[in-house]
Amino acid sequence: MNFTLKIWRQKDAKSKGCFKIYNVSDINSDTTFLEMLDILNNRLVLEGKEEPVAFAHDCREGICGMCGLFINGRANGPDSGVTACQLMMRKFKDGDTITVEPWRAKPFPVVKDLIVDRSAFDKILQVGGYISVNTGSAQEANTLLISQKNAEEAFDAAACIGCGACVATCKNSSAMLFVASKISHLARLPQGKIEAVERAKNMVAKMDELGFGGCSNTGACSVECPKNISLSHIAKLNREFIKAKFKK
Amino acid sequence: MTKLNSKIPEGPLDKKWDKHKLNIKLVSPANKEKLNIIVVGTGLAGSSAAASLAELGYNVKIFCFQDSPRRAHSIAAQGGINAAKNYQNDNDSVSRLFYDTIKGGDFRSREANTYRLAQLSGAIIDQSVAQGVPFARDYAGYLDNRSFGGTLVSRTFYARGQTGQQLLLGAYGALNRQIHTEKIKMFPNREMLDLVKIDGKARGIIVRNLITGKIEKYGAHAVVIASGGYANVFCLSTNAMGSNAGCIWQAYKKGAFFSNPGFVQIHPTCIPVHGEQQSKLTLMSESLRNDGRIWVPKDKTRAEKLRKSKTPASDATKISEDQRDYYLERRYPAYGNLVPRDVASRAAKERCDADFGVNASGNAVFLDFKHAIKKLGKKEIEKRYGNLFDMYYKLTADNPYEAPMQIYPAAHYTMGGSWVDYNLMTTIPGLYSIGEANFSDHGANRLGASALMQGLADGYFILPYTIGDYLANDINTPAIDINTPEFDEATKNVENRIDKLLSIDGSKTVDFFHKELYNIMWNHVGISRNKEGLKKAIALIKKLKEDFWKDLKIPKEKHTVNQELEKAGRVADFIELSELMAKDALSRNESCGGHFREDFQTDEGEALRDDSNYTYVSAWEYKGKDEEPIMHKENLIFENINLSKRSYK
Ligand SMILES: Cc1cc2nc3c(=O)[nH]c(=O)nc-3n(C[C@H](O)[C@H](O)[C@H](O)COP(=O)(O)OP(=O)(O)OC[C@H]3O[C@@H](n4cnc5c(N)ncnc54)[C@H](O)[C@@H]3O)c2cc1C
Ligand code: SF4
Ligand code: FES
Repeated sequence: MNFTLKIWRQKDAKSKGCFKIYNVSDINSDTTFLEMLDILNNRLVLEGKEEPVAFAHDCREGICGMCGLFINGRANGPDSGVTACQLMMRKFKDGDTITVEPWRAKPFPVVKDLIVDRSAFDKILQVGGYISVNTGSAQEANTLLISQKNAEEAFDAAACIGCGACVATCKNSSAMLFVASKISHLARLPQGKIEAVERAKNMVAKMDELGFGGCSNTGACSVECPKNISLSHIAKLNREFIKAKFKK
Repeated sequence: MTKLNSKIPEGPLDKKWDKHKLNIKLVSPANKEKLNIIVVGTGLAGSSAAASLAELGYNVKIFCFQDSPRRAHSIAAQGGINAAKNYQNDNDSVSRLFYDTIKGGDFRSREANTYRLAQLSGAIIDQSVAQGVPFARDYAGYLDNRSFGGTLVSRTFYARGQTGQQLLLGAYGALNRQIHTEKIKMFPNREMLDLVKIDGKARGIIVRNLITGKIEKYGAHAVVIASGGYANVFCLSTNAMGSNAGCIWQAYKKGAFFSNPGFVQIHPTCIPVHGEQQSKLTLMSESLRNDGRIWVPKDKTRAEKLRKSKTPASDATKISEDQRDYYLERRYPAYGNLVPRDVASRAAKERCDADFGVNASGNAVFLDFKHAIKKLGKKEIEKRYGNLFDMYYKLTADNPYEAPMQIYPAAHYTMGGSWVDYNLMTTIPGLYSIGEANFSDHGANRLGASALMQGLADGYFILPYTIGDYLANDINTPAIDINTPEFDEATKNVENRIDKLLSIDGSKTVDFFHKELYNIMWNHVGISRNKEGLKKAIALIKKLKEDFWKDLKIPKEKHTVNQELEKAGRVADFIELSELMAKDALSRNESCGGHFREDFQTDEGEALRDDSNYTYVSAWEYKGKDEEPIMHKENLIFENINLSKRSYK
């Protein structure tokens, strides 16, 4: 297959970026989107005229959350429920022009080309995205019974990979789905309930402080989330958050 | 002449760890506050260690090359984590987990370490549950288990097909909590490029800031390496793209012996290689072998037809039962599809080499769920493996609910690594190695679901105690000054190497050399090896190394993100390490675990172990750039079990 790529190039955080056009040919339909970029990059290196395209990636199996790209105006392109590394070129038509951009959101400044700085996510989790248990103080695991339903629902929320597609998709750059997934994961488990209210309060405050926008319930985040994190977790967050307000 | 002191405590096996803990020196809380520790790596081993050390009061600096600690490669572990809880009442016990692990490792690991691992396994599950890890549960709310290869009991705890992710997020939470209290300082986007030694002790590291390109130096009273495994020597492996051998290789060059480099695990169930443009291979979890059955056609011409077909998987559904060779069940009736990984990988290769392979390249066998779906229903199968089936479908466009999966072995895990004593300290005082980076517990083959267990045992429950024994003697040492000749020299060396890589200006990319290395290693130092092949590999690697340093081409930018430069450094290390792997494999004239020597096999094609000559751990000492390394031997002493033939028949 052959493609025309329109790729965002930006030297560093301070420089202004622009789109540049590249052609790639003889791409196998079983190739992933990132492998296609590898092929382009190998060519650019050998040509030696400009730097290869910088993009973040690691696991290449949809779990590390490192690789998000805005492709043809959608987070991770035309397929749903996948990360960029899992997007197959067979999802495109031969001859397509494909636009590739970094996540665009104020709290995620561009580092270079397609790489953005998502450290704001870590900062939100640092203020409370955990259960405060020291190593060694845990009780025997089976003395804590958790219904299968609660465990499964907690898992659904915990499956978030911290990729930022939700923020990039949201017109307000809200991090609500990301934050809600962690709050909901822990609030559904008995061992996570004790700190639930405090946790919600601290994480939401941090989210606001870091410049993420408010949630206006459009639901676009959940549609584009590669892990299909459900909007119902945002409702759960709101419940915890209301409790937090009452406690004040 | 051996310099190795494994420090295994005296006394009965089940009392060794307790006794050792009593004898370990303690550091007072006030003194812990004055001591600094560097941890390199934020996977299960690194995160759990850093969090636990900080909880104890030490000051920790932790590093990873990804943009967030949560992205360490442990995140990708799928199938599960073992623990001897005996929740299923199927007669499991610490002793049985210990025995399975030693036997699984083909009797090439230390009794004392392996026993301690089994002893600590239960506490890991307790700790993880307390952190909120959503393990699978039964209808009554109790924890559920599944079986994994190499065992006849059900002791694997799992969180769907994302156990590593959930365990890592638990440890990452613990890490975050300590970052918040400022006991831990986190340095993401940093790659360690050298170790700094002062007066023979590990005192710091040199890293490259992968965003700015700046070379930075950090000092501490002790350094802990938790950098994962080196299976990426094989560029088509199941490891993440950035997984590398840098830390343990630099440590080796600074005097930390490297053990069993040739022990590599080839995982039997990966999605086969398709075409030239591929960058990595995707694992299909071992848990699939609980319900999936592995087969090839009995008839060669039938297999040949499949190889020529455009739709081999759906054609396969038409092959009748009596025409299918469920070769694992045939060869190993006791364990069947649940034989350990090395056995399953070799058996797949054997069938494919004999022309029974079922995809275009001839390098694939079937993993079939037809019977399981019939017996348990599609719904139950979906519940157990839904996400894996989806992933398979997304990648291959074949639907495993309707037609069998095609799978083939791929490089996955490395049992070898830094030699460590019972305290997890390397041969450099003050330098520790934990998780997949060390060689410790898995002998010549690791059982499924045991790496997560080992990484967390090391990080939560072993290192936080044993490091005190060393640091207790260091309480009067002030914070390490990084403005010393030792730090300057290490910085200079790192800068020189980067400049050298940038200045080659040849005609081939890093990926080219990595693929060349893969071909050498896969063909000669892979699933099976022999004397001639290994010698050939060593010669080929030497040649490749010369070519690499003559003909590499990477972009010249130094003070910015330069991912080609990152890769170049890693591949340069892999090339050097490959030579040691081949030498190690050549020195071991026996077959054991993942190390299968064609020149040492039984008439039935099974591994031929040589206990009288090879019951040892190799530990290689670096002697200089153009010198031959020296192999030391740590003899393994078995006081509690008999070395039996490892049979799964
Ligand atoms: C696909 C897959 C599935 C698996 N499934 C299972 C399973 O089901 N059960 C099981 O028990 N095991 C499984 N394993 C094995 C297991 O996941 C690993 O052995 C284990 O997670 C390794 O953990 P670790 O903490 O030692 O290293 P890793 O998780 O690999 O972490 C390495 C860390 O070191 C850092 N690092 C590396 N090099 C440098 C450097 N030079 N400078 C700075 N930082 C560096 C990285 O950034 C990272 O933070 C699986 C492995 C793979 C590949
Ligand atoms: S909620 Fe979904 S889109 Fe947002 S960070 Fe998590 S996985 Fe990514
Ligand atoms: S590279 Fe890890 S999710 Fe894509």
